[in-house]
Amino acid sequence: MKTVNQKAWFFVLPVLLLVAFNALIPMMTVVNYSVQETFGNNVFFWSGLRWFEELLNSERFHAALGRQFLFTAIILAIEVPLGVIIALAMPRQGPWVSVCLVLMALPMLIPWNVVGAMWNIFTLPDIGLLGYFLNETLGINYDMTQNATAAWVTIIAMDVWHWTSLVVLLAYAGLVSIPDAYYQAAKIDGASNWSVFRYIQLPKMKQVLTIAILLRFMDSFNIYTEPFVLTGGGPGNATTLLSIDLVKVALGQFDLGPAGAMSLIYFAITLLVSWLFYTLMSKDDAK
Amino acid sequence: MKKRAIIPILYILFLMLPIYWLLSMSFKTTQEILGGFTLFPQVWTLENYAVIFTTPSWYWGYINSIAYVTLNTVISVTVALPAAYAFSRYSFLGDKQLFFWLLTNRMAPAAIFALPFLQLYSEVGLFDTYLAVALAHCLFNIPLAVWILEGFMGGVPKELDETAYVDGYSFPRFFIQIFLPTIKAGVGVSAFFCFMFSWVELLLAKTLTAVQAKPIAAEMTKTASSSGYELGLLAAAGALTIIPGAIVIYFVRNYIAKGFALGRV
Repeated sequence: MKTVNQKAWFFVLPVLLLVAFNALIPMMTVVNYSVQETFGNNVFFWSGLRWFEELLNSERFHAALGRQFLFTAIILAIEVPLGVIIALAMPRQGPWVSVCLVLMALPMLIPWNVVGAMWNIFTLPDIGLLGYFLNETLGINYDMTQNATAAWVTIIAMDVWHWTSLVVLLAYAGLVSIPDAYYQAAKIDGASNWSVFRYIQLPKMKQVLTIAILLRFMDSFNIYTEPFVLTGGGPGNATTLLSIDLVKVALGQFDLGPAGAMSLIYFAITLLVSWLFYTLMSKDDAK
Repeated sequence: MKKRAIIPILYILFLMLPIYWLLSMSFKTTQEILGGFTLFPQVWTLENYAVIFTTPSWYWGYINSIAYVTLNTVISVTVALPAAYAFSRYSFLGDKQLFFWLLTNRMAPAAIFALPFLQLYSEVGLFDTYLAVALAHCLFNIPLAVWILEGFMGGVPKELDETAYVDGYSFPRFFIQIFLPTIKAGVGVSAFFCFMFSWVELLLAKTLTAVQAKPIAAEMTKTASSSGYELGLLAAAGALTIIPGAIVIYFVRNYIAKGFALGRV
């Protein structure tokens, strides 16, 4: 049991002030913009919920939001099962464990725009390793600046490359926490590989996988830099995810009102889904 | 070797291919790159790296990045230590809500904050300084540091604190002389993750700087958009940004999962 001590607030105060400075002031600025209209020169007029209404009825917003959800759904559907499969196949002990961990974590420590630039160089149709291989060796017509499908496949491959290791590492951390005795008992009972996975390994991984899915949801739903550097949202608007569209509206066009409304709706969706996962996670903790 | 080892091997191969291509490009001459596809550099050249180490706007980009990242790491870990201690040892009014609120800041898309951050930091006169980027990155790094440290502190038995008080230690003396050395692995891991997340972030760093504190990543974006003919240079700059991560990752390999899961594994 923890001691009740209200003075502990003093310990938290510096964190609270610093984070609040960064979180609350900008958030209030966004709220301010979202209900006002401006014609420049810092003159603002009250516009009520107009921006929200316009946005919720705008096809451009629906399309960008739809692409964002599609992107997140696809990468979760690939990365989570793939990550679990790789974690299951990894050695449990010995010198190769460190080698695996270090090499697998490497993509996650590369600056995000470098990830985009690297994949750009990798996939150039004429001189990129992958692009050249697909075009010249396999004879597939691949050029992501022209073809929307190619652009989608590329940003998904890039995210799988970048973040599957997160799922692997978390799932692996869950797996090594299973005592050997469990496996021995399963062996004595003559359990199949599938039963071992279903009744021993999966339950042990459930908590870490919830965290992995929460993190992957948050980060992929907020992804901006990598696809922006790689495709710039194109060809056309094919890969303009919500975040890319938001930056276009806010910093490109300087439409502060619509950008504010868009930010708030965006944040609300992220918060809602993350809260659901967090509740699941805390429930698991309590057990 | 077991048959299933093929899965991690194939996966690691897939991870290494784009990195190999980046390195290979960085050692090629511009002529060779424009001349067509070559699997290995025909003529190895260090010219691209030489340009980076002799052009001020390039090498200052690295210095700037390292400066604000270090500053951010120091600030984040220092303020997170007492807070993590409070969360791990005491229960107080609103502690659970506060903990979740901290996490929500990691959820906020940086794209939302770009414009208001620009205005806020211009208003307080910090625009284009290391401190601006360092403080802005606190938004997601402080919650991260608090979570990781709380995880490590939770593993230290409360009896340690109590014994120290019985022995007549004051709180600051206990915290610095006894408690900190006990959780030094946690301090190291949280510092590593603050460093990393500040290092990989670009949108805020780019928005909050112009000339004086411009990060290396922004310099690369400029090259990428201004001329497609400097691929070798771009590749060399990219390859150099991988080095800090590659150096430190070995030391934290067993804690990577814990760090990425915000101390919850």
